[in-house]
Amino acid sequence: MDITFDHVSFTYQAGTPFAGEGLRDVSTTISDHSYTAIIGHTGSGKSTLLQHLNALLKPTSGSVTIGDRVITAETNNKNLKPLRQKVGMVFQFAENQLFEQTVAKDIAFGPKNFGASDDEAAALAKQMVTLVGLPEEVLTQSPFDLSGGQMRRVAIAGVLAMQPQVLVLDEPTAGLDPAGRRDMMTMFERLHETQGLTIVLVTHQMDDVADFADHVLVMDQGALIKEGSPREIFADPDWLRAHQLGLPKATAMAEQLMAKGFRFDPLPLTSDELADQLLPQIGGAHHE
Amino acid sequence: MNKLILGRYIPGDSWIHQLDPRTKLLASFYYIGIIFLANDWKSYLVMTLATFFMIWLSKVKLGFFLRGVRPMLWLILFTVLLQVFFTTGGKVYWQWGWLAITQFGLSNGAFIFMRFVLIIFISTLLTLTTQPLSLADAVESLLRPLRVLHVPVTELALVLQIALRFVPTLMDQTTKIMNAQRARGVDFGSGNLFQQMKAVVPLLIPLFVDSFSIAEDLATAMDARGYQGGDGRSKFRVLKYHRRDGAAAAGMIVLTVLLLLLRA
Ligand SMILES: Nc1ncnc2c1ncn2[C@@H]1O[C@H](COP(=O)(O)OP(=O)(O)OP(=O)(O)O)[C@@H](O)[C@H]1O
Ligand SMILES: [Mg+2]
Repeated sequence: MDITFDHVSFTYQAGTPFAGEGLRDVSTTISDHSYTAIIGHTGSGKSTLLQHLNALLKPTSGSVTIGDRVITAETNNKNLKPLRQKVGMVFQFAENQLFEQTVAKDIAFGPKNFGASDDEAAALAKQMVTLVGLPEEVLTQSPFDLSGGQMRRVAIAGVLAMQPQVLVLDEPTAGLDPAGRRDMMTMFERLHETQGLTIVLVTHQMDDVADFADHVLVMDQGALIKEGSPREIFADPDWLRAHQLGLPKATAMAEQLMAKGFRFDPLPLTSDELADQLLPQIGGAHHE
Repeated sequence: MNKLILGRYIPGDSWIHQLDPRTKLLASFYYIGIIFLANDWKSYLVMTLATFFMIWLSKVKLGFFLRGVRPMLWLILFTVLLQVFFTTGGKVYWQWGWLAITQFGLSNGAFIFMRFVLIIFISTLLTLTTQPLSLADAVESLLRPLRVLHVPVTELALVLQIALRFVPTLMDQTTKIMNAQRARGVDFGSGNLFQQMKAVVPLLIPLFVDSFSIAEDLATAMDARGYQGGDGRSKFRVLKYHRRDGAAAAGMIVLTVLLLLLRA
């Protein structure tokens, strides 16, 4: 299922003195089975863009095409449910959405809203809680007795249980410990690889962009200022710095080494690529 | 969320914006008091002109005031209709059993309508031009004499200020949680009454949890910085009357005199 933005602009609180530009004239396509990363400094419109992916916000002008549904300013709020099932959305600080008495019920909430039976939903809850790396015992616990990181995982499980085709993630690992962060990211990657899930990820971690994404959108002040593969985006460190964005660790290190006379072509994005290109230059054995 | 214009501050530096919040609060109550003096078209005309003059002084667009009336429209129309049908006297224009539209009925209806609209305009003017926190300061300052009677004025003001401070925060949070639950298939505001009530639970519980954790954090932060209310505490925003506050008071007195002279 492709999602296409056609000259989408969005204004918050249009028609009041509090009106604020959320998106300006964004046109792009998020294609089926892709892994798209959205980067941009804080307030650049990333979350606003995401909320157009399942019609939580409707464009002030332009149109968003989600599969075969076209969303414009005139679209009414009825019959959006099928869309919400297909595009699962994990919000920033998703743990705030938990409300049920037990973890099992909370995870089952989404599937039941979309018509799953109690048994199906319970089975999904059990499956998803393992998938996000929590022990099955938590199913019977209250979500409010868990730690912040565990609550985040439950919330993510709740979205995965809806079995969406597109998974939208707004900084899903912010505030998690490094190990939890890695677990989460590899789990999303696995879903992407094995089930062909389309993933849209907002992140400030350039390493995640380099490691996982195949397409990158760069936002600035509500506008889409650049898009391309991670290699294209990270090829110009000066441009990134000018837009207050960082580099993957390996690329940053390669840049420092270049100042000392080492040569890299193309700029490495991951530590493996860095090692591969560095070893011959320092006369080491071939990197495995 | 943003439909209720009553209670939204619009930044500005107009003459009205710069008035002391106590002046604005007192003047608004005073104005609502004297509007009941108006009883014929001349006195209502004076009040209307005075109101529009104040709106003009505030430099806020008229549209905001009209929008403030909209949520109250049904209440106003209902009251006006009651007046029109149940006031007797003067010429009778239309009659059906005991229902009648009379001259006095029509004029009373019009007056009631004007009274409603003017009161809403003035309260809207107060909230559009005064920051909620300044209003809380004004309330505290005006209630200060009650401390003689052991009314905990500073504590009440603190509660009011904290509540006001967190209204926008909670509104933001409400929008966020609603969106998160919508994404999980909740339809807010559709279905029968029972379904709608059920849909509110996934919104209210996270909101409560959130409010409690905000309250706890705030209390801890205040404790950690040694907060203590009461007499010894100085203020960041010091309220002071200026010449224009005197002018505003004089304006109100002139208005009262005019009303007393003109009313029937
Ligand atoms: N509810 C709202 N009302 C008015 N303006 C808003 C609202 N939400 C966001 N904005 C404004 O829209 C712009 C984009 O916000 P958005 O939340 O999309 O940024 P972001 O890129 O997700 O930032 P972050 O990295 O901090 O999450 C910001 O300037 C913000 O102030
Ligand atoms: Mg955001």
